[in-house]
Amino acid sequence: MRFHHTVLENGLQIIAELNDQARSVAAGFFVKTGSRDESKEVAGVSHFLEHMVFKGTPRRDALAVNRDFDRVGAKHNAQTSEEDTFYHVTCLPEYLPQAFDVLSDILRPTLREVDFDTEKKVIIEEIRMYLDNPMSVAFEAAKAAHFGRHPLGQSILGTVESISGLKVEQMRDYFARRYSPANIVLAFAGKTDWDQVVALARSHCGHWTGGEASRQAVAPRGTGAFQALLRSDDQQQTIIGVADAPPLESDDRYVAQLLSTILGDHTGSRLYWALIDPGYADGVETTYQDYNQAGAYFTFLSCEPGATQANLGRVAEVYREALADDLTVQELTQAQNKVLARSVLRSERPMGRLVSLGFHWTYRHEYLPIADELEKFSRVTLDDLRRVLDRWPLLPMTIVSVGPTTDVHPPR
Amino acid sequence: MPEDSTIAQHEFSNGLVLLAESMPGVQSAAFTLLLPAGAAYEADDRGGAAAMLSEWITRGAGERDSHELLTALDNLGVNHSESAQGLHTGLLAATLGRNLIPALELYADIVLRPRLDDEEVEPIRALALQNLRSLEDDPGTKVIYELRRRHFPDPWGRPAPGTPEGVAALSADEIRRFYRRTYRPNGAILGVAGAIDWPALRDVVGRLFGDWPSLPAPSVQERATGPRRDHILRETQQIQIALAYPTATFASPDYYRARATQTILGGAYSSARLFTEVREKRGLCYSVYASYEGQRDRAAILCHAGTSADRAQETLDVTLAEIDRLRRSGVEPDELETMRAGLKSALIMQQESSMSRSAALASDWYYLGRVRSLDEISAALDALTPASVTAFAAAQDLTDMTILTLGPNALSFPA
Repeated sequence: MRFHHTVLENGLQIIAELNDQARSVAAGFFVKTGSRDESKEVAGVSHFLEHMVFKGTPRRDALAVNRDFDRVGAKHNAQTSEEDTFYHVTCLPEYLPQAFDVLSDILRPTLREVDFDTEKKVIIEEIRMYLDNPMSVAFEAAKAAHFGRHPLGQSILGTVESISGLKVEQMRDYFARRYSPANIVLAFAGKTDWDQVVALARSHCGHWTGGEASRQAVAPRGTGAFQALLRSDDQQQTIIGVADAPPLESDDRYVAQLLSTILGDHTGSRLYWALIDPGYADGVETTYQDYNQAGAYFTFLSCEPGATQANLGRVAEVYREALADDLTVQELTQAQNKVLARSVLRSERPMGRLVSLGFHWTYRHEYLPIADELEKFSRVTLDDLRRVLDRWPLLPMTIVSVGPTTDVHPPR
Repeated sequence: MPEDSTIAQHEFSNGLVLLAESMPGVQSAAFTLLLPAGAAYEADDRGGAAAMLSEWITRGAGERDSHELLTALDNLGVNHSESAQGLHTGLLAATLGRNLIPALELYADIVLRPRLDDEEVEPIRALALQNLRSLEDDPGTKVIYELRRRHFPDPWGRPAPGTPEGVAALSADEIRRFYRRTYRPNGAILGVAGAIDWPALRDVVGRLFGDWPSLPAPSVQERATGPRRDHILRETQQIQIALAYPTATFASPDYYRARATQTILGGAYSSARLFTEVREKRGLCYSVYASYEGQRDRAAILCHAGTSADRAQETLDVTLAEIDRLRRSGVEPDELETMRAGLKSALIMQQESSMSRSAALASDWYYLGRVRSLDEISAALDALTPASVTAFAAAQDLTDMTILTLGPNALSFPA
């Protein structure tokens, strides 16, 4: 593995981790913008824009974009989160010039009104699809409830109303402010050549212009609110708990990751033994999500409506015990083994490495080789777990319950 | 350049087949064990036996109780899943290469010496019933299960999660009987890929599974299903549209032509026809695709889309028109080139994932009784011509098409 980085004159940052053993190469643009950077009037514009980026440029219409990726067998996609929009392609090394020609071209899209009107319908269908999914509905509501007025609580997709009302000029304005080269990291991982990728980036992205894009990343404080939303046609009850956790800027995120594994991994964790093994719930999990200057523990629960209150009590009991008594060294070792193996498996594909590399550089401006990342997990001690639990207890939680019963209350 | 991988195979005297691919440059190792214990072999009124059993076998095996067993897997960093499917129960595991053998030792206990303690049955039943309820809350998944049930002759389209009646009725002894009847080495396939040492692996698997006695294959009574046109009423935001029609099987000489038509129609890339016509040009839905599903003796192309009530009829009409256009007018040379480029890249990239390769090894053996080399697949793709694919598409019989919708209102179906 060899790592390189440079910055173009216009501010675009370029990084690459080269691996001669790989069979493919992955490339991605990490644009530091997402739903937290939106004003209320344009709710959902980041995600809608992500779709519009594929709709054409001065050189290509939408069908040509699809065709030119596909004819070199390049797998491409994009995703939008609360704080990042990430465009990526994976292809065989010999086709990188063609695949990158398309990927870089679309990052300067035309944003034609006729495409905007057609794609608006697709976005509304995507919103409706998620409205048929109880976990998605609960997740949106839980983030909104927990973060309150903080922009992290804003919906990524927006609503049918906000998307219907959006104008193409508003999107063009958002694009001009957020997609400046200084707000983008271009990353490569896998089998390629550094001189080649720098030359590609210079010739395709060197002319990009734009000013400084900033973000006000204020640390949020969770509200601890409670909501029970009625969905009378659902069969199961879906409950999401949210509690504040370390931000991604802190090395405590490695500790938080291990804590969530010990307490709420989907198998073999304390919650698994308390709820799944006895058959009380068909799903329970704790995950740790890091954000720019923020972090959250999410607790996901799915169970029969009548069992909701008892199960919330069981979850709270597991967290209370962890706060009151020490976790064991066996639990820590077991979680470290799990996380290590998962990191290695994920990293074997260039696409897996690309994701870690790009986000790490966007927020930390440093290169973290996989061995160093594993070392960060290995070094965590029981004292670290205790310290982070005391600073970021999982209780009290913000709780949102969705399903056929509203007879639900915060756990004691 | 990465070195080439090598594939080895061995059939033990009890019928168990071991397939292994050594992948240079990979630290992990993964295995896929297919057991001939799918939902198709359940008694008619006991749907869910395979699924309940796949949960039961990990709740204590050999010397270890439930807790000790999961802890042992976690300590080896094994990412694992055990799930019943239509034809098989699949056990999948991936970990660091150095932990492969200890993981296989645990799985020998799970498969050959599960404790199957009585006290685990009620929790497992509660999970299985809740899983069925969660499936009702997931219209996109539900419609595909119900499509398979209507399209394939019974028992080949049975939903692996079972039925509420079957899960409620199954006794511990009935599930144990299912275990004794269907967990057998003849018909089982173990695919292993990644950082492996072939001679050592073969010896270990022989030691662990060599004494497993073979059993006669259970007989299956085939029955016609249907209906060919159906609607499931649900108060959902979107209407789910699913359809299936027969195509060439994996072992058929027409297999690659069938895959070419499915990929050009609705494969996982954005210039596929359904994506272009339904989503890109008309903005009718977010997700639309066609997939290939094969069994040994039958195969089908499945299409799926979900969209709002007021646009569902047009979505169905455009989808059917595209299937018909493929039959009437065949494929263009550049579409075939695109399809070939996509499938070839995917094949090469599969070489970066031990999990994908272990599954591909086991699947090839199940369908063909051998493992295809990448060169063989590449050559078969190269041999396709627009004329040969067009001729295959023209001969596709669409009379046995099954169409199912799920949502607030029914659509008008073609005769």
